[in-house]
Amino acid sequence: MSESQALVPAPAWRRGSAAPPLLLAGSILLYVGVAFWTGQTKMLETDGVIGLLERMVALGIVALGQTFAIIAGSIDLSVANMISVAAVLASFIMHGRADMMLAAVLVVLAVSALVGVVNGAIISRLKVNPFIATLGVGLILQGLLSASFTDFAGSVPREFQAVAYGSFGVVPYSVAALFVLAALASFVLWATRFGAHLYAVGGNAEGARLAGIRTDLVTTGAHVVCSLSAGVTGLYLASRLRSGAPWIGRDGVYDLESIAVVVIGGTLLAGGRGGVWGTLAGVLLFASLDAAFNMMGVSAYPKLVLRGAIVIAAVAVYTVRTRGHVA
Amino acid sequence: MTLALDEARRRSRAIDAARRINIAAVVFLVFYLTVGVLQPTYLEPAGVMNFLRRAAPLAILASGQIFVLVSGGFDLSVGSLVTLTVIGGSMLTANDPSKTWWAIAVLYAIGFVVGLINGAVVAYLRTPSIIATLGALLSVNGAAMMWCGGAPRGYLPDNFRMFGRFVFHDVPLIKIFPLAIVVLAAVCGLAYWGLHGTVFGRRVFAVGDNARAAELAGVQVAYVRLGVFVISALAAVTAGVMLAGFGGVSIDVGLGLELQAIAACVVGGVQLMGGRGTLVGAVAGALTLTALFALLTLLGLPQPLKETAQGTILIAAVAFGAWRRRRVG
Repeated sequence: MSESQALVPAPAWRRGSAAPPLLLAGSILLYVGVAFWTGQTKMLETDGVIGLLERMVALGIVALGQTFAIIAGSIDLSVANMISVAAVLASFIMHGRADMMLAAVLVVLAVSALVGVVNGAIISRLKVNPFIATLGVGLILQGLLSASFTDFAGSVPREFQAVAYGSFGVVPYSVAALFVLAALASFVLWATRFGAHLYAVGGNAEGARLAGIRTDLVTTGAHVVCSLSAGVTGLYLASRLRSGAPWIGRDGVYDLESIAVVVIGGTLLAGGRGGVWGTLAGVLLFASLDAAFNMMGVSAYPKLVLRGAIVIAAVAVYTVRTRGHVA
Repeated sequence: MTLALDEARRRSRAIDAARRINIAAVVFLVFYLTVGVLQPTYLEPAGVMNFLRRAAPLAILASGQIFVLVSGGFDLSVGSLVTLTVIGGSMLTANDPSKTWWAIAVLYAIGFVVGLINGAVVAYLRTPSIIATLGALLSVNGAAMMWCGGAPRGYLPDNFRMFGRFVFHDVPLIKIFPLAIVVLAAVCGLAYWGLHGTVFGRRVFAVGDNARAAELAGVQVAYVRLGVFVISALAAVTAGVMLAGFGGVSIDVGLGLELQAIAACVVGGVQLMGGRGTLVGAVAGALTLTALFALLTLLGLPQPLKETAQGTILIAAVAFGAWRRRRVG
């Protein structure tokens, strides 16, 4: 594999844009500004900030995985459905019994990995456009799930609820887990061969293939990571909601929102460039927006309208300087 | 010798013709005949007419979506625009039949503006259309909910609903003739002409195939992009007016239609990322999906498995297309 190392790109941080720091500053400014403006300075104390960070967890974990898929030049629209499958499966297997926790988690992770392999195989073997492949797999998953379960299924035991509600001192486990996972993801992207290959395949798949990289395995690996992250998000949501229902992933719009935050975080939708810290900054922007809208008392529907406009604006900030054509 | 050459030529021409047959048309016929065997009323003229009426909104959406797909983009906002049209129609007419035509004009104007914004964001802000139209999807859905205050109410006047609902009775030969089929034929004819018969259509293909090359050849790429998104949005408003005649006013009439429209095009052989596709294929794809849904209903499968079947056929259609392109180039 030594010849492939010639293709290893410069570390992502060196080629990255100034996006994450700017986004971070903007999000914090927005949150703090609105808190002062509405006089809700209580939101700036520990509880308020922890609450803000907790808003990031579900979207954050799945967006980390989505970052891998997008850097590899792919995209994953099946994550929302995968989240529902994971949550329902977990709470159905546990059925309130603590001794089934480990089994449920293992089954969920195995199923997620399998879905990732299927996504990767359809894309790299059958040469199906990733948009259609993962959309199709998502529809298949959702159909099977909704045909089997129509409502909340089973429940998670009290011990498992600790995942969402437990904490080290003031820092909730879930928030700590998000940052640990982000650190792990950025280590994989920057410091491992798999990470380097992801950038290579996303930047120029044919070039990477000619350089001796097994592009099919890299694409599949990216999708396995992405599906696993969706599975973990599903476990977290099952813990937080105390049960899983077949609509929770879709209601959270995790598919489209995870793509949006990845792109807002400066990762190129075409692949080959980006990183997880930008994604986390994008997630923080969404969380701050939500919190700011709540503080200002904006009702649900105008919030939706603004959110759509902000997604476009946040992405347009980068793309407006693009030279080439974009479709 | 010449005989053998003639023979070979004839055979290659037959292969060519076979290749040109749209696979979706074949699949559609298989599905439809299966449906007909299970439920013979589908084979009667009235059954065919009713089937076409039900397929009309999806076929119209696909006729608009194909322009965007061929130009290399996606339009994810059409489903929410259908919802906005139905809800907006009920709010604007407020049960007063005399306001129908004015309301329809306003809805088309809204659709035009949404399409123009989509196109402008893609063409001038260079935002990928997946993100641009996704943002539009969220905003338009939010706007529809805001308009009706979250709870759609009221009814649509009958003359608003007639496009989807009205049926001419006692027509010779076919007995019934839904007005929806007239609209369907008009939209498909117009779209066929626009995509395959005009300079604009050629430019859409050129931009989708290679936008840079098209630009160097003198095509105003930005105008083409504006055009395709406007066409798709206007088709969505048309589909919305049709669907208003099918059921009641609700917030989820358009839910998921954007994906069904893209699926219909893809099943009909339209290539994602642009440059390839035919209108006949897109319409055949829409008919195939509708026939598939009818088949699944007849087989008594639970509603959710429709999604599973749709996902499977979607992947199969694209995999088959990719395989065929690798084989025959």
